[in-house]
Amino acid sequence: MNNETGIAIKKKQQRNKLIETGTIIALVIIFAVILPAVIPAFRLRLIGRFLSLAIVALGIDLIWGYTGLLSLGHGIFFALGGYALAMHLNLQLPEGQLPEFFTLYGVEELPWVWQPFYSFPLTILALIIIPGIVAGLIGYLVFRNRIKGVYFSILTQAALLVFFNFFNGQQEIINGTNGLKTDTERIFGVLVSSPGVQRAFYIVTVISLILIYLLCRWLTSGRFGRLLKAIRDDETRVRFSGYDPTGYKVLVFAISGAIAGIAGALYTVQTGIITPSIMQVAFSIEMVIWVAVGGRGTLIGAIIGTMLVRLAQTFLSESFPEIWLFFQGALFLIVVTVLPDGIVGWWTSYGWHKSRSLLGLQPKLATYPSLVEDPELQQERETIAKK
Amino acid sequence: MSTLIEGLFNGISIGSVLLIAALGLAIVFGLMGVINLAHGELMMLGAYATFVVQNVFKPLGEPWFSFYIIAAIPVAFIVSAIFGLILERGAIRFLYGRPLETLLATWGVSLILQQFVRSVNWLLIICLGIFCLLFFGGMQLLKSRADWESMRTKIVSLLLPLAAGVAIAFYFLLSQNSALTNAWFSARNVDVTAPAWLRGGVEVLGFQMPYARLFIIALTILCLMGVYWFLQRSAWGLRIRSVTQNRTMSSCLGIPTAKVDALTFALGSGLAGIAGCAVSLLGSVGPNTGQNYIIDTFMVVVVGGVGNLLGAVIAALGIGILNYLIGSGTLALFLTTISAPQSMIDFFLFFATSSMAKVMVFALIIIFLQIKPAGLFPQKGRTAEL
Amino acid sequence: MSKILEIEDLTVSFDGFKALNNLNFSLDAGELRVIIGPNGAGKTTFLDVITGKVQPTKGRVLFKGKNLKKIPEYKIARMGIGRKFQTPRVYLNLTVRENLDLVCNRNKNVFPTLFGHANNSEKRTVGGLLETIGLDSKANLQANLLSHGEKQRLEIGMLVAQSPDLLLVDEPAAGLTDEETENVGALLLSLAQSHSIVAIEHDMEFVRQIATDKVTVLHQGALLCEGKMDQVQNDPRVIEVYLGETPE
Repeated sequence: MNNETGIAIKKKQQRNKLIETGTIIALVIIFAVILPAVIPAFRLRLIGRFLSLAIVALGIDLIWGYTGLLSLGHGIFFALGGYALAMHLNLQLPEGQLPEFFTLYGVEELPWVWQPFYSFPLTILALIIIPGIVAGLIGYLVFRNRIKGVYFSILTQAALLVFFNFFNGQQEIINGTNGLKTDTERIFGVLVSSPGVQRAFYIVTVISLILIYLLCRWLTSGRFGRLLKAIRDDETRVRFSGYDPTGYKVLVFAISGAIAGIAGALYTVQTGIITPSIMQVAFSIEMVIWVAVGGRGTLIGAIIGTMLVRLAQTFLSESFPEIWLFFQGALFLIVVTVLPDGIVGWWTSYGWHKSRSLLGLQPKLATYPSLVEDPELQQERETIAKK
Repeated sequence: MSTLIEGLFNGISIGSVLLIAALGLAIVFGLMGVINLAHGELMMLGAYATFVVQNVFKPLGEPWFSFYIIAAIPVAFIVSAIFGLILERGAIRFLYGRPLETLLATWGVSLILQQFVRSVNWLLIICLGIFCLLFFGGMQLLKSRADWESMRTKIVSLLLPLAAGVAIAFYFLLSQNSALTNAWFSARNVDVTAPAWLRGGVEVLGFQMPYARLFIIALTILCLMGVYWFLQRSAWGLRIRSVTQNRTMSSCLGIPTAKVDALTFALGSGLAGIAGCAVSLLGSVGPNTGQNYIIDTFMVVVVGGVGNLLGAVIAALGIGILNYLIGSGTLALFLTTISAPQSMIDFFLFFATSSMAKVMVFALIIIFLQIKPAGLFPQKGRTAEL
Repeated sequence: MSKILEIEDLTVSFDGFKALNNLNFSLDAGELRVIIGPNGAGKTTFLDVITGKVQPTKGRVLFKGKNLKKIPEYKIARMGIGRKFQTPRVYLNLTVRENLDLVCNRNKNVFPTLFGHANNSEKRTVGGLLETIGLDSKANLQANLLSHGEKQRLEIGMLVAQSPDLLLVDEPAAGLTDEETENVGALLLSLAQSHSIVAIEHDMEFVRQIATDKVTVLHQGALLCEGKMDQVQNDPRVIEVYLGETPE
């Protein structure tokens, strides 16, 4: 009997996998092929920005939804990635010239931090590695002392403020409050804001989103993913089972930071500028609400949530700018109190059955799951039916 | 010598602002385990209440106007406490034991409060009143029905859009009337003028001690003593402490835990109001005022250790003094006088602006937490961690 | 016989309150020891110190002759000490099989866990354990659907999956029905053949069932007496701490 249920489960898994692959391929075709052909360029740029924000949301879901660490400082990693790429773009100048803003502050020699960003491959590496390392370092210093829960959240928020202050204060190095422009710069000799480059960035964003989604899938599915959930649910128990949670948390936080870095770079080139204001406290908390709206602990929920909230924001702040903050505040309250599992969680636990019953289909489970799914009871039921 | 005393005084005065702002937070966080990200906004409300009281006293003329600040303190306390009470009853009480969710919910509230002071006008108040009347009035009426429990979700999902719809309809109906739609405060900052007796300062050992700063230090000490007395000596304080220790047991012994929660939260919020009143003496007040304080005050609580007033005092003073010494360049100056190595002086000069000082102080806090992860005065024993 | 666990002059104090007071204790390899004592006797703190959750204020704990001072919990667990908590603590959002698989993992460092898969011997261990604890048919159920007694058994199974040399079991019979209690007792006795076990228990019926070797009585953080079950039962000091002053 055990074997049979095993086979049934395997079949179900295979079917789910097929459905998932199909959906992904369909979405790729829609977003990467059809949309660019249909909608105007500036709207495409907007969607490209949303998709890059969905990438951060995946990173946040990885640490919050699966590992239970609520980071309010992902703006740091987002900005680091954005700055890395922006610095590279700002260096696409004839030999010996400096980016324009340096002359404002009387800087005559390129600061050493800028040197590596002449090279494109190094830049790509840096925009992943630097946020990852910074996240890993912050994570290590916090986690090794078993600071967790809200303390971790507060400390990440404080770290965010610190980076914000630092970037604002360093005019001679990274142009302080004014930030770095990317739209007027060139990449491979072409203007960044030109339609062709923007479309290329859009497609890169779609591909990155898919790849990062698959990475997160892989991370959360196997033993590693189960351990993350175990850490979320009962960290002390994990420790007494012989695992050191610190290493796992540091790694997953670093990965999440690196993901945010990639997202930040893609967001920056599709926005046209990066300034320290990207590290405002509000923006980083907003990232969390995208995940919460979609449903934490489900990767697809993070993506859906981001798209929905950003769309609502674009619409509301275009037509009723005053209402947006009220709406956003209400969204935080409602999601937390009424929809703790987000849209996807609500759908899988309630909405699916509800819509089935509305269509007149038999509900699949009529009683407590423990009774219906209990194999012993099922067997008993079958023997009774045979008699 | 005098620079050192000046530095110390300024540090203490920054610390006392931090402390008065953190006091309410320490109570709410320490006793209830609630992270209230709207604490800064409750401060902001206190500051606006002070502004309103000042405007009320202005027409009364001089002898009275001087004392508006004395009247403003209880008003600010009450306004913030009422908002805190609404917040606790309306949202937070559903979220006890889920600190991360509370954090997000209070952030939502803080966004709403920020926008509220920006766009509050008579019309908004009227419409809010209509909504509350319809929704809560309707709920009260229907509560007497026998099948209330089973109908509850249906009634709520019917009444909520209905009440909201009527309120919004009213809004659009009356929105032509400009007398009603004039914003009270607008998005710009407002200024509270300190009364004459708080302007100027006293000269001690060759430097100025502004009266406003001294007033804040005195106010902080008063609040601290008041809170200590309330928690340690009064009957309600005893109840609050007992609920903190063991909620289930307290409720079994007949302590109304829900009331205690509401009271604790209102107390913490009210203290935020007083802090807002104090802060309004230091500079202009705007919808974003609260945001400037929230992270620093949380750092005070984290460093001080949860549920410990003494820890909060030491942490606030320590952070305040460090912030000033580093930020004003006093430390760098001091190092020059004792002819410390140039590299060290340069290092501290690099951090000698108020925003860079925060960078340094945060680094120090992280180092401190490596040694004492649970703050200055951690809770010990079997209940401390689970 | 060699000692697997030795505790010398152990004192643990929280802010001056002594949870354990000059405690001396030793356990032979392969022994099943039951520890009893009234509330507040320091039983749970005793386990906390051994597993590294609480550091001793004074004295030392030796496991297989090695001092456990300042060794983090996870390393102590890897050295071969497994602990079961008072209330069952299993990972509620994982299935029974996944619960066992996670603990069974041979290499618990980060990267081997990330890239590794359960090998055949691990799979066999998990399968065997599922049978031992009688949760074979519920292997693919989420642990939060299990009953209290099933969770207790699952947690004991997780302990064994860790393949420790010393099992620390905190009130395994708490909240169980009589039948379940007996099941758990039998499980412990069968485990005792291949492991050293320290069990903390309140339920005297249960203690009588499993106490084949010695019983230790703790009182106010110190050792009150030690001996065979019937010896301890008749000790006047034990009767006094359990029932109050004996009338003279």
